[in-house]
Amino acid sequence: MLQLSNIHKTFYPNTPDEREALVDINQSLKPGDFVSIIGSNGAGKSTLLNTLAGTIIPDEGDVWVDGKNVTTFPEQKRASMIGRVFQDPMSGTAPRMTIEENMMISLGRTKKRSLFKGINKQVKQDFQSHLARLEIGLENRLNTKVGLLSGGERQALSLLMATFTEPKILLLDEHTAALDPSKEELILKLTRDLVEQHQLTTVMVTHQMEQAIDFGNKLWMMDEGKIIFEAEGEGKSELTVADLLQNFQNLRGKNMASDKALLV
Amino acid sequence: MISSLYGAMESGLIYAIMALGVYISFRLLDFPDLTVDGSFVTGGAVTSIMILNGTDPFIATLAGAIAGFFAGCITGLLHTKGKINPLLAGILMMIALYSVNLRIMGQPNIPLLNETTIFSTILGWWNAWNLESIFMAPFQWLGIATFAPRSFYALMTLLIVIIIVKKLLDFFLRTEAGITLRATGDNQKMVRSFSANTSLYIIIGMGVSNMLVAFSGAMLVQHNGFADINLGVGMIIIGLASVIIGEVLFGKDKIVRMTLAIVLGAIVYRLIYLLALRVDFLEASDMKLITALIVVVALVFPNWLNQSNGKKQFKKSKARRKANEQKGEVDLASTK
Ligand SMILES: Nc1ncnc2c1ncn2[C@@H]1O[C@H](COP(=O)(O)OP(=O)(O)O)[C@@H](O)[C@H]1O
Ligand SMILES: [Mg+2]
Repeated sequence: MLQLSNIHKTFYPNTPDEREALVDINQSLKPGDFVSIIGSNGAGKSTLLNTLAGTIIPDEGDVWVDGKNVTTFPEQKRASMIGRVFQDPMSGTAPRMTIEENMMISLGRTKKRSLFKGINKQVKQDFQSHLARLEIGLENRLNTKVGLLSGGERQALSLLMATFTEPKILLLDEHTAALDPSKEELILKLTRDLVEQHQLTTVMVTHQMEQAIDFGNKLWMMDEGKIIFEAEGEGKSELTVADLLQNFQNLRGKNMASDKALLV
Repeated sequence: MISSLYGAMESGLIYAIMALGVYISFRLLDFPDLTVDGSFVTGGAVTSIMILNGTDPFIATLAGAIAGFFAGCITGLLHTKGKINPLLAGILMMIALYSVNLRIMGQPNIPLLNETTIFSTILGWWNAWNLESIFMAPFQWLGIATFAPRSFYALMTLLIVIIIVKKLLDFFLRTEAGITLRATGDNQKMVRSFSANTSLYIIIGMGVSNMLVAFSGAMLVQHNGFADINLGVGMIIIGLASVIIGEVLFGKDKIVRMTLAIVLGAIVYRLIYLLALRVDFLEASDMKLITALIVVVALVFPNWLNQSNGKKQFKKSKARRKANEQKGEVDLASTK
């Protein structure tokens, strides 16, 4: 479903600020795979996801989605196959527009946007049944401006909008990091439910090791632009946080636990 | 006085079309677009030169509007593909259009008084069907014939035009493409992540915006009976003032209410203009200053309001914190 071969990305090449954000990434995911990515700040996790989404074009290497080489596809062309949820709950929705209008925009991902009135009774009912799965009452607030929703509600809506049209790949970049713990739990539960329901191939970046162990059938650990450790299936489900920390120390000769971002 | 009141209503309705265009760029696309000063004249120029050459006035008006559409698209292109900052893109187009408009017109001023315009055509039909007497009847019946306008035909024509324009715009803005266009001005990153070509939406949106502006210009030259190369000076500010007045006085969340508010805002603006003319110490030329002041106040005032609210809240929470601290101390004291 997703294949990355020889991906390299360097920011500000040939300057004192040169920064190798991705170094020789080779990976592939099968349909329905769910990979959790952990790694210290600046490891290149977001850069990797941006390379998949097309907001960053790699210097070298190819990105294949569903058998198509999409490496040079501009973001919006690729987005028909890729769903994204951003870290900032404000990023994934349009605040001055209503819930149903936001849903309409996400519906347009898979089909051409027409000059007809898009929101009819049938479509509304459809939206409502999708929204009802979130179990936070949004299905009764179709005409509410999204800017009036709380951060958690907005993120739940973003997640729904990214998933209900069943993209080939779902990208989640620390999509719970900006929420308070109770909201975080809700979004994680919804993530699990929606991914399962739609059988989505998912790449999730998280700043919590428990989450990475808890979610998905694969785990990648990143540092300095490389995937330095990976686990899959059985091997992954048996991992503990202590294992991960030990692994990191063995591999890098430094202590990951000292990285504040990973302790939270 | 009465006839100038109706005159203000008529020009208010014409400027309302322009204000709706400005609403699309300024509010929906978040693109303060100075092209307006040029494209307003472009609409008038194309229309009047075609009328002068004997083209049907309806077709000439349509052509004027289409010319504005292309002007707007170019501004959109400059910004999206040329990566030029919106303000600068608009200024460049405004300056460029000045030359283009002069080329189209061939002279700085075109009189249309003896030409067949939309208004003279409709006046012909109006008189043929004797509609004036129908509209005058209620005034005469109530004995207030002196309060009636000299003729109803222009007012009625413009009323029908603005209703059609508003309805079409309302419809467009609620189509799938229209919703996406509005979202583009709201959160471009999000719209792109849902596979929409935001550049295209900005270009088309700017086109539609300036099409309305040029249409307004085309109607104005026919209403005034002349086209002038300087007709568009300060037009963007008039548009902004109308949008802001409309939002403040009549604004509501729903898009159909917003477009109505903008139309009413444009009419109120013309009424303010009329009043300003009546005040002895003000000259017609002071109106640009007054308009600019309206816009400044409207832009600055909400910020002030927010700031002072913020300050108040800060003070309040500070006071609350202090109170809590004191209470805490008391609690501590009592447990001791
Ligand atoms: N758009 C960009 N321009 C320049 N440098 C960038 C850009 N994006 C990321 N970087 C750099 O690349 C490195 C990896 O960043 P990122 O992928 O955001 O890390 P992570 O998400 O793992 O914390 C960092 O050093 C960061 O400063
Ligand atoms: Mg990141």
